[in-house]
Amino acid sequence: MAEITLQDIIQPENLVYEKSKLLTEKPFHYCPGCGHGTVHRIIAEVLEELGVDDRTIGVSPVGCAVMAYDYFDVDFVEAAHGRAPACATGIKRVWPDKVVFSYQGDGDLAAIGTCETIHTCNRGENITMIFVNNGIYGMTGGQMAPTTLVGMKTATTPYGRMPQWPDGTPNNGFPLQITQLLAQLPGTRYVTRQAVFSAAAVRNCKKAIKKAFQNQIENKNGVNFVEIVSNCNSNWKMSAVDANKWLQDNMLPVYPLGDLKDNFELIKK
Amino acid sequence: MGELKLMKGNEALAEAAIRCGADAYFGYPITPQSEVIEYLSEQNPYERTGMVVLQSSSPGVCLKQEGLAYIAGAEVPCVFADVVRGGPGLGTIQPSQADYFQNTKGGGNGDYRNIVLAPASVQEMADFVPLGFELAFKYRMAVCILSDGAIGQMMEKVVLPEQKARLTEEEIKAKYPWALTGRKRGTQHRVITSLDLDSARMEEHNRHLQRKYDEVTKNEVRYEMIDCDDAEYVFVAYGSSARIAQKSVQLGRAAGLKVGLLRPITLWPYPTQAIRNLIDKGVKGFLSVELSCGQMIEDVLLACNGRAKAEHFGRVGGIIHTPEEVLEAMKKQIIGE
Amino acid sequence: MAKFRGAIVVDIERCKGCGVCITACPCKVIELAKEVNGKGYNYAFMANPEACIGCASCGITCPDGVIKVYKKAL
Repeated sequence: MAEITLQDIIQPENLVYEKSKLLTEKPFHYCPGCGHGTVHRIIAEVLEELGVDDRTIGVSPVGCAVMAYDYFDVDFVEAAHGRAPACATGIKRVWPDKVVFSYQGDGDLAAIGTCETIHTCNRGENITMIFVNNGIYGMTGGQMAPTTLVGMKTATTPYGRMPQWPDGTPNNGFPLQITQLLAQLPGTRYVTRQAVFSAAAVRNCKKAIKKAFQNQIENKNGVNFVEIVSNCNSNWKMSAVDANKWLQDNMLPVYPLGDLKDNFELIKK
Repeated sequence: MGELKLMKGNEALAEAAIRCGADAYFGYPITPQSEVIEYLSEQNPYERTGMVVLQSSSPGVCLKQEGLAYIAGAEVPCVFADVVRGGPGLGTIQPSQADYFQNTKGGGNGDYRNIVLAPASVQEMADFVPLGFELAFKYRMAVCILSDGAIGQMMEKVVLPEQKARLTEEEIKAKYPWALTGRKRGTQHRVITSLDLDSARMEEHNRHLQRKYDEVTKNEVRYEMIDCDDAEYVFVAYGSSARIAQKSVQLGRAAGLKVGLLRPITLWPYPTQAIRNLIDKGVKGFLSVELSCGQMIEDVLLACNGRAKAEHFGRVGGIIHTPEEVLEAMKKQIIGE
Repeated sequence: MAKFRGAIVVDIERCKGCGVCITACPCKVIELAKEVNGKGYNYAFMANPEACIGCASCGITCPDGVIKVYKKAL
């Protein structure tokens, strides 16, 4: 058998993976190794595979993903801080046939936008909500978020998040289990927690995101909510590879992966 | 002399807050003020003074005004109504016109304007909705219908506008190509945003907005004049105050006073030129009649620019002035005994 | 003997050298180059091309989508 060369392999007919055509040519502004890029790629792949790019409207948050609209070749609105689900609600109510998704971080979705998040889920809007949780405020420089782990050092918890003072007086509070909370609401159809730190995680995450969009397309109601436990290596102050490791060791015990709710039924663990 | 230190403004603010014995700070990280909460967290004021620092989010101080600033920046049309009650804060549920500043001067951030329509009747409450939408879509900006508890609660006859069919998606695509309906294949995707970090583009965007506002100012000023042809003294009043002032004009005329009424219908753009024209025709003084402590008077004074006397009269707290006391104020404050 | 041979093409100028692809690769194909790209990042490259099976684990985990993956049956 003749020796096979790289040139033989690198041929158009052998291409098995490239980034989605639904991503623009603009390079992501995200830090090296940031999970936002991976999640963007997955969403673009799913929208491309579903063939709904000409009827999709995305809603970007305030935070690191504020300019997500630069990267997706679909129509986009940039919402006020925390209001993406409210904005998506408006769009979906006006255009029920459009495929509408919101994209938010934990500061946006679980802090300033908690009200919009809870009420959108409680109303059971037929939208897809993507929630990227890295337990910190990324864009503003690493301040404590509601999702910050106990003991985690941030710019506003320089000595570590301490839910209560030693004398029991309330202090920083506890990590907010927003996804569990939303799963309890009757308006959520599909609630799942995923990650993108490994190839296996990415494959699972893509299945979940695809389901979250398919559900929206096939049904008339019920929020399809996908949390992605992600990294913020810059503000966690570690390398991307170390951050992914740290995520598995520290984030996942608090935010375990898997479906929490499917077809309006809570999944018992 | 106090302690001399080199600090950032944000830090100095935070430190001063601790030092003046503030009870609490409820913060939210937003560049460029994140240092305030970072500084406070680092300083542990809870231990220093018992000051509580909560890393908590406020849903936003401005609520609707926040959205309006975004709408102005992103140039999205919208109509909203403010049926004003007394303030500040919870104030009272009684009628008021004290949100004049908030709506005509902008309550959100940035250099922007909203068109403000002031209905003085139930009829106008109805009429200004289609007018509002027309203007909102013509200029791609927010239009405020600034009403008050009196106009909002009262019952009157009203001729309603005809039922129009909702625009179809195809009509929307044809009329408003900027509207997001899903990106047509082979065309550029569209984005509705108020954000642009490129300074040159953002300056041009602001200039563009100002040119648009100039255009609105040129084309859309609306007002009504009652008995102003030979008037020497003119009430300026909008909304429910205008209804009262109209009676004051009648009472004044019956008493032989040459009084008239200018009723601004658009509070922004303001009928500045109408006031100047009246001065040119010989009007000597204006009384701004408002259910507030003197807000619109500032626009009347700007219009007068020192060429005619102008003062404010108004009752607040839910009390509505009577035609008699309005006329009395005109006599005392403007005409003189 | 592997039934497939694979290869990757890295968009060098868009690679940020985060190294996520290196940990994702089950065959230890990828390393960061000693050289840097125009942004000053040590970019990813196929250090052991013979070991590549075209599984695309690197491509699907790359946050910046800079890796194209090819796979050919032997």
